[in-house]
Amino acid sequence: MANYSTNEFKGGLKIMQDGEPCSIIENEMVKPGKGQAFNRVKIRKLISGKVVEKTFKSGESVEGADVIELELAYLYNDGEFWHFMNNETFEQVAADAKAVGEAEKWLVEQDVCTLTLWEGNPINVQPPNFVELEVTETDPGLKGDTAGTGGKPATLSTGAVVRVPLFVQIGEVIKVDTRSGEYVSRVQK
Amino acid sequence: MDWRSQASIEVLQQRAELMRRVRQFFYDRKVLEVDTPALSQRGVTDCHLENLVTTLSADATGQALELFLQTSPEYAMKRLLAQYKTSIYQLSHVFRDDEIGRHHNPEFMMLEWYRIGFSMNDLIAEVAELLTDCINAPATDIITYQQAFLEHTQCDPLTAAGRDALHQRLKQRDDTASWMQAETDTDTMLQLAFYLWVEPNLPADRPVAITHFPATQAALARLSETDDRVALRFEIYYQGIELANGYDELIDSAVQAQRFAQDNELRQAHSKLMKAPDERLLAALEHGMPTCAGVALGFDRLLMIATGADHIAQVQPFSVANC
Repeated sequence: MANYSTNEFKGGLKIMQDGEPCSIIENEMVKPGKGQAFNRVKIRKLISGKVVEKTFKSGESVEGADVIELELAYLYNDGEFWHFMNNETFEQVAADAKAVGEAEKWLVEQDVCTLTLWEGNPINVQPPNFVELEVTETDPGLKGDTAGTGGKPATLSTGAVVRVPLFVQIGEVIKVDTRSGEYVSRVQK
Repeated sequence: MDWRSQASIEVLQQRAELMRRVRQFFYDRKVLEVDTPALSQRGVTDCHLENLVTTLSADATGQALELFLQTSPEYAMKRLLAQYKTSIYQLSHVFRDDEIGRHHNPEFMMLEWYRIGFSMNDLIAEVAELLTDCINAPATDIITYQQAFLEHTQCDPLTAAGRDALHQRLKQRDDTASWMQAETDTDTMLQLAFYLWVEPNLPADRPVAITHFPATQAALARLSETDDRVALRFEIYYQGIELANGYDELIDSAVQAQRFAQDNELRQAHSKLMKAPDERLLAALEHGMPTCAGVALGFDRLLMIATGADHIAQVQPFSVANC
């Protein structure tokens, strides 16, 4: 893998730090009146998800990370792996529980997810921003209530639990924002 | 297309007004305005400064001529000082390669001035007056580099033990350990320590002059006659921004030649191209430069403070992103 000089740093560049592939979020050059310049860099560690700051000496090189992102459709879970497919090449990729992590509860068959691969292996699965899921369990609630009150918990077909307005019933399909885990609307089926 | 300026018309008006005030400030003090060329046949030797370079296709004798866009008008102004022995100032565009950031644009405006017969402290007092006069800054605090380190890190940067302790701490920090382990350049280590521990803790509500930098960071300042570990160099910080850098000027031609040579040794150690020393500056010093103090102040940063801007592009008509 190529090395990158701090001069090439920019948002989205993938580098190795602390033995882990990382993505640069922000890069700022700082320089005293006379003397060495530094790059203050905010990075996201792609496996642990941690965001940390690092200060590099400007002009130094840092090892690049062999990281690619693929848009793949979710197929099924065989109990151990979650299988995804490239809709154009039909190539399949299997991600383990560590890579899937929290995304598990938002995986809907045929939905296109973003998979991050490090040296060919999936390390992260990003579900679509919005998914549609069926409500499998929730209190019957009161008729005629509006969305204004605190709502009630509802369990969805994937096992995810979200707060929904009181009028939402079992069997209905709802749209959820996977970034916040919040109910967006009911979906007419 | 991003053809529009990021600076508002109000900021451009303030920019014009600030230039007017600066000129008035020096006119009132009978300091001569000069405008030396942006181009020079010699560049800067400082290891951490890079000129932008251009080539004249043919000079008066028909030869191609490499020309350096000036990183500061210092050398040219010093030649005028040696020749005419009068205080001078300049507001000019300067150019630096590899410098882009919130407080950096490769082309920016420098306010630089030299005062005959002034000591470092006299000049700090005058910078403080200018800050009050031009942007209503409160009185300037003065603290030595050593004192600032002692206050904020409890380590003395002028002793080997203090520097070792700082280095150890940097080796243990998660955000710097990866390269600090192998770092052998003491000044790089000190500059990082200053940036991480001293700079963020300087008072922001008033300007602060940091004085007496280590002799190894003297740049073009004279060394102190009472303590040769330090140079008569100062920096001004205000609202978290490094605003100005000044010296009790080195006027000894032989010492200046040594500094050029040391700069080039450092360049070689950093695998950077060596630079030919400016022999015209050396000749001027040989002729005799009067005792003086000089300072360079980032005009755009001054305007950033005056307007509360958080990026230099907001106070320049155009920046490198859309020039």
